[in-house]
Amino acid sequence: MEVPEYWDLVLKPQNSFFELNLQDVWRYRDLLWLFVRRDFVSFYKQTILGPFWFFIQPLFTTIMYTFIFGGLANIPVDGLPKPLFYLAGITTWNYFSDCITKTSTVFKDNANIFGKVYFPRLIMPLSVVISNLIRFAVQLGLFLIAMAWYGWVEKGNHFHFSGYILLFPVIVCQMALLGLGTGMVISALTTRYRDLAFLVVFGVQLLMYATTVVYPLSTVLVKFAKHPWMSAIIEYNPMTPIIETFRIGFLGKGTFTWPLYLYSVVVTLLILFLGIFIFNKVEKNFVDTI
Amino acid sequence: MSVVIKVEQLSKAYQLGEIGTGTISRDLERWFAKIRGKEDPFLKVGEVNDRAARGDSDIVWSLRDINFDILQGESVGVIGRNGAGKSTLLKLLSRVTAPTTGQIKVKGRIASLLEVGTGFHPELTGKENVYLNGAILGMRKKEIDRKFDEIVDFSGVERYIETPVKRYSSGMYVRLAFAVAAYLESEILIVDEVLAVGDAEFQQKCLGKMKDVSTRQGRTVLFVSHNMSAVLNLCNKGVVLRNGLLDYCGNLREAVQLYQNSNMSRSNEWIADKAATLPQIRYAWLDLAEEQPNLTLKIKVKIGSASNNSPAFIAFDIKNGFGTTIMQAIPSITPFLECNGNEKEYEFQVDLVGLIPDSYYVSIWIGPHNSETYDWQKDILSFEVQQSPTAGRTFPHHYDNGFIVPNSKIIQGL
Repeated sequence: MEVPEYWDLVLKPQNSFFELNLQDVWRYRDLLWLFVRRDFVSFYKQTILGPFWFFIQPLFTTIMYTFIFGGLANIPVDGLPKPLFYLAGITTWNYFSDCITKTSTVFKDNANIFGKVYFPRLIMPLSVVISNLIRFAVQLGLFLIAMAWYGWVEKGNHFHFSGYILLFPVIVCQMALLGLGTGMVISALTTRYRDLAFLVVFGVQLLMYATTVVYPLSTVLVKFAKHPWMSAIIEYNPMTPIIETFRIGFLGKGTFTWPLYLYSVVVTLLILFLGIFIFNKVEKNFVDTI
Repeated sequence: MSVVIKVEQLSKAYQLGEIGTGTISRDLERWFAKIRGKEDPFLKVGEVNDRAARGDSDIVWSLRDINFDILQGESVGVIGRNGAGKSTLLKLLSRVTAPTTGQIKVKGRIASLLEVGTGFHPELTGKENVYLNGAILGMRKKEIDRKFDEIVDFSGVERYIETPVKRYSSGMYVRLAFAVAAYLESEILIVDEVLAVGDAEFQQKCLGKMKDVSTRQGRTVLFVSHNMSAVLNLCNKGVVLRNGLLDYCGNLREAVQLYQNSNMSRSNEWIADKAATLPQIRYAWLDLAEEQPNLTLKIKVKIGSASNNSPAFIAFDIKNGFGTTIMQAIPSITPFLECNGNEKEYEFQVDLVGLIPDSYYVSIWIGPHNSETYDWQKDILSFEVQQSPTAGRTFPHHYDNGFIVPNSKIIQGL
């Protein structure tokens, strides 16, 4: 009788449904860190201000928003200091949108590497999400400095940490996974259809206005009471509960309900699985079509 | 010895033409066929991959039903003409892309080197890139730590190791990149013509390193190259691919010979495809005879003309595989080819000197005067030199050391 031989690796035409090769990803974990390092280091090489550039963009965006949305359009901000309100939204939104835009081009940008050597393809989007986390941490630092400024220097503002801040690690993970999932769906599809890459750039911009970045959810619910479908778009956008949770955690103002929050968690997981599923289908052969 | 790579019924199809607006309808069609349980219409039984011939379908089989086994410790040379499927095979083996049908079974870790310096980032220093590139090729950080000094030493760019690689010369860049790959610790190493880089000294070093990997360390090596002397030097088994099909798998010398002969039959004969008004070369044929270092070429040429012209003389230019014309043979300087409206066959003999192993291409020129040309057909015939002119020389020749090996002998002191 023949004993079936043991093979370390069998290369077949298609992956089975949820064959993720997570062990493989684990084996290449050093590469993951090196990619993160590469992204971070190459970002500020040959610049004078270095990592301080991470501050500049949210700082100036906040100033612009304060003048335009706060001053000119007079959109309410839940009674918070305007810059703090916007900075909270911008910091979280930036992380999510960077995750999407950068993971969505991950196949295209790295086609030359992917075409020459094998490593678990998942490493690349993961490294994007993690290196953006560093950027997020820096911007969060800016946010905390701003909070300290408004707390001690400009007295008389009403904001405070609340118990919801315990959810902070969860919403960071959630944003990362949501960004990763969406980005993977788009990146997998852009290997064949480049159109999506263009869609992402302004799609993300549009999506920002459907998220509570420059206005609070409470105002939406009041103002759009007669147009339930409009407030529904904003309310059921999975990023809205995340940003609202962030605001209520750090600033004590925001709209938080458990059903809505859990709904956004479920949506995040669904998108993540969809992303992994499509990515998995594409990763073996995308080199031929990109 | 156990089988470490088993290739079974391996095929790979590529889509020809552009991927554009047609893609979405084609994708839907394929998906529809799939849910009905029908055969994929995209993968209709196609023709063999002959890039010169026109096929009916818009897919092409780069590889078709390939089967072979590779034993542990073998070093295998994969040879074949451009487009024979060599690179596709390597891509499949190194998991860059997946097969269309069939499978490959592997025992042990595979490291592939389809290009040197994959993932090098210009802004990072040499050191940072060594780590990054090593990790891309599958090394753990600890492994690289342990070998870092050896890698730097092998590359010979120690002074620049803290400098961004964008400041490197291309030679230094390649040296560092190859050095990383040279210290991979995998059971199976796959190498695509990366030896065509760097200067001669470094190439020898790379070849030496690869030989060391295969013979002394007992690891399995797959090597793709057009450089037959490198293949002969490095490998002990040959796989010949032709138009995506497996032509031969086994003894290396036979494999190389088969490959060379298949090349010869293609180009030792040439026929003009249209008639010209000026006197022209209508047919040419070539045969390589004798042994090194006294090779001779026999060339038959048919000269024809439509009308009466003054007689011409003939010149043969011989180019090497690098594209350099290395010699010119003119049998007679007085015009002797009759161009009086008829066709006539001439036969020539060219005594060659000791030529280094390579492919050579012959161009034929005819004209009544050195400043007037009737016909000039470039690279229409070719021949291969397989043996070194120096008896017993097995280490490869290199262009940097010349194309011709003169006879030399010891006259005193032996």
